[in-house]
Amino acid sequence: MTTLDITHKTLTDFIYAEARLLDEQRFEDWLNLFTEDGHYWMPLAHGQTDPRLHTSLLYEDKLLLRVRVERLAGQRTFSQQPKSRCHHLLQAPTVESSDPAGEHIVRTAFHYVETRQDQQTLFVGWTTHHLVEEAGALKIRLKRVDLVNCDAAFGNIQLFM
Amino acid sequence: MERYTGNPDAVRALVRDLEVHKDTYIDEELFALEMEHLFANTWVYVGHASQVPNKGDFYTTTVGTEPVVMVRHTDDSIRVLYNRCPHKGVKVAGETCGNTGKFFRCPYHAWTFKTDGSLLAVPLKKGYENTGFESCEAKHGMAPVENVKVYRDFVFCRLNPNGISFEGYFGESLSTIDNMVDRSPEGRLEVAGGVLRYMHNCNWKMLVDNQTDTCHPMVAHESSAGTAVKVWQEAPEGTPKPMAVELFAPFVSSYEFFENMGIRVWENGHGHTGVADSIHAAYSPAPGYWEQMVATYGEERAKAILGDTRHNTVYFPNIMVKGPIQTLRLFKPIAANKTLVESWTFRLVGAPDLLLERTLMYNRLINAPTSVVGHDDLEMYERAQEALQSRGRDWINVARLFDPAEKEQKNVATNGTNEWQMRNQFRAWARFMTESM
Repeated sequence: MTTLDITHKTLTDFIYAEARLLDEQRFEDWLNLFTEDGHYWMPLAHGQTDPRLHTSLLYEDKLLLRVRVERLAGQRTFSQQPKSRCHHLLQAPTVESSDPAGEHIVRTAFHYVETRQDQQTLFVGWTTHHLVEEAGALKIRLKRVDLVNCDAAFGNIQLFM
Repeated sequence: MERYTGNPDAVRALVRDLEVHKDTYIDEELFALEMEHLFANTWVYVGHASQVPNKGDFYTTTVGTEPVVMVRHTDDSIRVLYNRCPHKGVKVAGETCGNTGKFFRCPYHAWTFKTDGSLLAVPLKKGYENTGFESCEAKHGMAPVENVKVYRDFVFCRLNPNGISFEGYFGESLSTIDNMVDRSPEGRLEVAGGVLRYMHNCNWKMLVDNQTDTCHPMVAHESSAGTAVKVWQEAPEGTPKPMAVELFAPFVSSYEFFENMGIRVWENGHGHTGVADSIHAAYSPAPGYWEQMVATYGEERAKAILGDTRHNTVYFPNIMVKGPIQTLRLFKPIAANKTLVESWTFRLVGAPDLLLERTLMYNRLINAPTSVVGHDDLEMYERAQEALQSRGRDWINVARLFDPAEKEQKNVATNGTNEWQMRNQFRAWARFMTESM
């Protein structure tokens, strides 16, 4: 198996590319970035450490993410008629730690807007990616999205941050 | 133009046997009357005793649109006060929860109040001598809500000093709360896991109606629960069924399933789906839980408690309780077209953590602003809120399985797709709207 020469630039390029897949609504490609045991996590509380015995906004494995992706493409997904759109504005990611044999942890502050019809909603926070190398490619084992106002009352959040 | 204020006949005329006028969902004047009358004449949920375990603990919330604070008084009783300083009107308790010690202190001018609301002290007291202050409203401190009832740790209040008793109001419907609490091997619940808050641009009653609307899941939730079932079917053979699929799949059960599961209709707008069967009936057991229940209650009683798998219980006006999932959803009215939905969860004290984990997963998958099931529903509510403005039609239909004899009946179980419970809610609405007019 070939191993990647993982530099900081490899990691930050990955973060930018991932956000672009979401903004371009290439959800199948995006889903393929996750490892089979990967999770997408949006905590409900600041500094939350437990996704199991404390509620989160989202804590989804690949099966549940696949349900979302297929639902977004469904003919009877009425909350997506018309469709939502989104845009990520990312701050330069910082590599928090990098273990060539294990996880690379990257933190990225963001402003994210999700729009639908005449409504545009701004979400602000930071993501923490736990990336691993798998079959010669970087994959997401955990993407954690912390919103500044994670405990606020939101309307629908339908796409991915 | 006031059409409904002081005109109980006009209010009653909005509710017919088979249909309800659109104004009940979109009219601001009616919304104001609901806050003045409906939410004052009924027993409204405030909070749970486990949120204020110690003396001085408080929790701030709203009853209708009234800001209130629920507090554990020095005598260990739970009090509900209007959260308003009698001096200049400032909201006294600002945080959602905390401990205020033996008294509340207004942050504006440092007037202090005992935790029963009575005025404790005012700075520069001399300035009020010989002014007639004794005759002022402010002398009496923060106004207490006089009628508070704590039922198995669930705290309800009735804002109007006079009206229906707690027992008379809820009657047999309290059996759902009993069942939820009895599911703890220690007979006790605790609020746990955080509250999901979801803003809805629609009238609060749309959410209440939806709780016993059993003809929408297979249609509106085809996109979410239906897709979950489809994705699961594509999983490699032998894959253990994930908890999430177990929770999602029953949503897209057949019409026949929902017809057979039944609805029970109580008095005063209360009722529940899931009499004979329910979407919560076939969850995997949590290891060790059955043995704990048998140890507490004996086999027969444990079987009866766990065999009662009611789906959604509406406590009119604005909460829904799920016993088997230990969830309480609170539909907080903000305006005719705005509702804050809070979904609360409980730990069955003494039971395995797996049950709380399932409760929290259910809440996340179904009730979060990020929930695909929530998206399906909110889309329908918001479309209705918009289109009800239409002049093309004036009425909302609730005719399904109507029988004129039902008006004389109470505590009856019926076909699970009957809209009787919606009609029941609106009959209660008309009654408690006009009772104090």
